Amino acid sequence: MAENIIKGKVFIAGDNIDTDQIIPAQYLALVPTNPEEYKKLGSYALCGLPDSYKTRYVKDNEFETEFPIIIARSNFGCGSSREHAPISLGAAGCKAVIANSFARIFFRNCISTGEVYPIEAADVLADKFNNGDEAEINLTTLTVKNVTSGEEFSIKDLGSVKEVIEAGGIFNFARKNDMI
Amino acid sequence: MGMTITEKILAKAANKDVVKPGDNIWVNADVLMTHDVCGPGTIGVFKREFGNDAKVWDKEGVVIIPDHYIFTADEMCHRNVDTLREFVKEQNLPYFYEPGTETYSGVCHVTLPEKGHIRPGEVLFGTDSHTCTHGALGMFATGIGNTDAGFVMGTGKLLIKVPQTIKFVIDGELPTGVTAKDIILKIIGDIGVDGATYCAMEFSGSTIDALSIEERMTICNMAIEAGGKNGIIAPDEKTIEYVKSKTDKEFTIFSSDEDAEYQAVYNYDASKLEAVVALPFSPDNVKAAKDCSDKKLDRSYIGSCTGGKIEDFVMAAELLNGHKVVIDLFIVPATREVEEAINTIKIDGKTLVEIFESTGKAHIAEPSCAACLGGPVDTFGRCNNGEVCISTTNRNFPGRMGGLDSETILASAYTAAASAITGVITDPAQYLKK
Repeated sequence: MAENIIKGKVFIAGDNIDTDQIIPAQYLALVPTNPEEYKKLGSYALCGLPDSYKTRYVKDNEFETEFPIIIARSNFGCGSSREHAPISLGAAGCKAVIANSFARIFFRNCISTGEVYPIEAADVLADKFNNGDEAEINLTTLTVKNVTSGEEFSIKDLGSVKEVIEAGGIFNFARKNDMI
Repeated sequence: MGMTITEKILAKAANKDVVKPGDNIWVNADVLMTHDVCGPGTIGVFKREFGNDAKVWDKEGVVIIPDHYIFTADEMCHRNVDTLREFVKEQNLPYFYEPGTETYSGVCHVTLPEKGHIRPGEVLFGTDSHTCTHGALGMFATGIGNTDAGFVMGTGKLLIKVPQTIKFVIDGELPTGVTAKDIILKIIGDIGVDGATYCAMEFSGSTIDALSIEERMTICNMAIEAGGKNGIIAPDEKTIEYVKSKTDKEFTIFSSDEDAEYQAVYNYDASKLEAVVALPFSPDNVKAAKDCSDKKLDRSYIGSCTGGKIEDFVMAAELLNGHKVVIDLFIVPATREVEEAINTIKIDGKTLVEIFESTGKAHIAEPSCAACLGGPVDTFGRCNNGEVCISTTNRNFPGRMGGLDSETILASAYTAAASAITGVITDPAQYLKK
């Protein structure tokens, strides 16, 4: 999570992308700390999106996505506390999710695990990008550029959780502060 | 400035006199609950970070309740229960409700209070988003992921942000056929599925005072469906009596100060509320049941931590007594204790189970989470063929109870029962004695 620049193609998603859409419950028997099963979780990332999403996040029979950046609207990750959700995205090769807001437990699980960067934006960036556009996120200048269109937008500062992210998750943060 | 009940519990857990919303504090956990879906991953994190020989921070504090994928042929699911079993043996944990044995109970959130693990004034972290249920007994309870749970397992602590509180004051008498489920669905419909994100949702007022403990649990259970961090109701005599009947452990009663600060306060007149449903595919898509009578249904499902408690089945049986149903009716008691109750509690000399069976289309299962969250394809009641299901559960996201072509409609036990009689969404009032 220490990278300051995140680049790649974007995948556009809507409001209230819940954890059942990110990873349907039938795949929750996969245990994320088992490396083989971690990889498999990646193949199912966002497979619960309705058929109206013509572009699938991970193609059939593949384990990784061609879209390392997801741009969604509000309340991304609502629903379950299943850590399988950020992990399936991370395992698929997602580096960052930009949304107008996040559900609390999903956001927290992103931070604790270090799987994906949860980034909030004030503007509805889902309207400013198309599926497959190239984006460049700069975490130092707090901007995201649509390389395809040339437009640049601002993203929000991470605030108080930044320390935990910079330490590399809750365990490293606690060790750094002599808590464990 | 005074503090809310949530702030007071968190201050005590952080050994501080005062905390305020936005503070990041380390709190001591009293209980960590996990189940078969997130337990193996939590144990994996715990061992990775603390070592293979590490011991949990407090054996009495860890409660393991397998409940999600129990009655399935899926071998991965059995493997996960085996992982829990081995860990319990290795750590010598006293609280394990083991499938296939006499200790098996069923749904974690109904088991926890039944077995005395829920005590006012304490802090509970659980690897399940509906952990917020337990605020109904005046504790701070919230859902966390595997990594945080692995951390709590090893240290007994967690870094959390003190939430702002939104207060919901509900006063007056509920009309016939209107229940706690209707209150919380109405609130979620009003504020939206992200209306309480990061916030504590505090419920009070004469209507809440008059509710039973189980009905209060139904309200707090769905705080997460509005994005809430926790739901909470200040303990009263009813709470104290309930908790004392379940545990000998001491507990602390907190309540909000008069001058506590709230992010917002919403007032409801209970007498104006009506039976409601949440239509697909969001819990805030709330409409009056009476306005949805054109919606045809394929099945009715009564179960889960939200709507599979003893009183949910009493309500369903009260309404169904003497009626036939026209669609399949799935009955899934949350726990063994609920299962026993529906086999012993009688209405007009018939047990609840006898009433369900005489409806003509009832399917009754053993306690577990079953189809509430879909699960493996052989799960009891799972919507595998595009069914439209009215359900007493908590979520109606796309594919929640099975296939992506299925639909879930959230409702109270009364409304789910009335709708089973007609085959369309039906306001239950007409079937109930005034």
